[in-house]
Amino acid sequence: MREINTTQIKSKVKELFLKANYHIDQDLMQRLEEALKEETSSIGKSVLQMIIENNKIASSEEIAICQDTGLAVVFVELGQQICIVGGDFAEVINQGVKEAYQEGYLRKSVVDDPVFERKNTKTNTPAIIYTDIVPGDKIKLTVLPKGFGSENMSALAMLKPADGPEGIVNFIVETVRKAGPNPCPPTIIGVGIGGTADKAMVIAKKAIARKMGEHNQNERYASMEKEALEKINNLGIGPAGLGGRTTSLAVHIDYLPTHIAGMPVAINVCCHAARHAEGIL
Amino acid sequence: MTQVKKITTPLDDNKVKQLKAGDSVLVTGYIYTGRDAAHKRLIELIEQGKELPIDIQGQVIYYVGPAPAKPGYPCGSAGPTTSYRMDPYAPSLLDRGLKGMIGKGSRSQEVIESMKKNKAVYLGAVGGAAALIARSIKKSEVVAYDDLGAEAIHRYYVEDFPAIVIIDCEGNNLYETEPPKYKK
Repeated sequence: MREINTTQIKSKVKELFLKANYHIDQDLMQRLEEALKEETSSIGKSVLQMIIENNKIASSEEIAICQDTGLAVVFVELGQQICIVGGDFAEVINQGVKEAYQEGYLRKSVVDDPVFERKNTKTNTPAIIYTDIVPGDKIKLTVLPKGFGSENMSALAMLKPADGPEGIVNFIVETVRKAGPNPCPPTIIGVGIGGTADKAMVIAKKAIARKMGEHNQNERYASMEKEALEKINNLGIGPAGLGGRTTSLAVHIDYLPTHIAGMPVAINVCCHAARHAEGIL
Repeated sequence: MTQVKKITTPLDDNKVKQLKAGDSVLVTGYIYTGRDAAHKRLIELIEQGKELPIDIQGQVIYYVGPAPAKPGYPCGSAGPTTSYRMDPYAPSLLDRGLKGMIGKGSRSQEVIESMKKNKAVYLGAVGGAAALIARSIKKSEVVAYDDLGAEAIHRYYVEDFPAIVIIDCEGNNLYETEPPKYKK
């Protein structure tokens, strides 16, 4: 067994949330530059220029890329040979989130009760934590500060197996069409297929964090990604929804085995400020 | 794209009528912030026949909940939030003299009709360009609902705040007219 102290986990969570909120990954910056070259709409071009400029300012000054610094989502891959000592696991993750948001000038956007009081917890906690136990003696942390302008445009469909890849692509394109300008296009579309209704959405969310330019390793799923992206960009919604070719930057599909009777398809929409960071302990 | 128009707040019918959907604008002057929770409170006051904590006559409300300001900055990152959540509240405020709204995303038909009736304009700021936009915010003070934190009503002094006229006072709507041009 390898021992890891909770203080190490807390520090890493804090570091990753600060990093994610200030710095857009190079692969995404590159994709935005490519989109700027390809964009035919003049308004679209100026929106993309503003986004690129914004991301450079945020990174160099270490200030929030977007004022919606998101609900803190943490994916944990916990090696089964790890023994965590020194405190409660979920509590230290939340402590790391709290310190990042309070000390890093990030907005606290969590309310305690979703329906009635809606009182701000002032710490941006609790975080949403997903833990998978995996072989090995390391902990991999992936953090996603998830903005809600785009989260609100997410959708789930329990499709029939007979709907096939065509039904899935149509559902993806239709979801993006309906969202229009609201989720801050150009978006990144995370898609989870299979599993159960809930599990499909979890893998859709995790798919957002995939490196830009990478496709699903299964050729058939990769071609669905390409087809969906092509059709989305034919919608004309464009940057900020003001018309243009760049409505989405990528479609990332992941899939899981599912029940003989079903084909769940979950879509998790992410704005162009697709913030995430990974670290290994 | 048309030329950039400079506008100063407060607005009046005359200024609003000169703004056409598709115009790029740079806004200078005082604007107020407000989003979900603050709008809910304003409307409750209106329903109770009470006075509002701010005089909205001729004013512009920016739908934003800013990030906290880093020391040395007047304001934290401050990009627009999605406007449709304020749609149920906007017509009442427009009826009371609100002249402009800044946000992102579509508006309901009720809001558009109210804008036409009251001669008001809806400006779009680029969602997610929050650090860039914040550079145009020179002063920030909380003027109401301090307890709401980021959702409190702030009064900003802005200089050359970059926006685009999405819906003008005749109801012309850029979200309706532009995307079809690029549809394949």
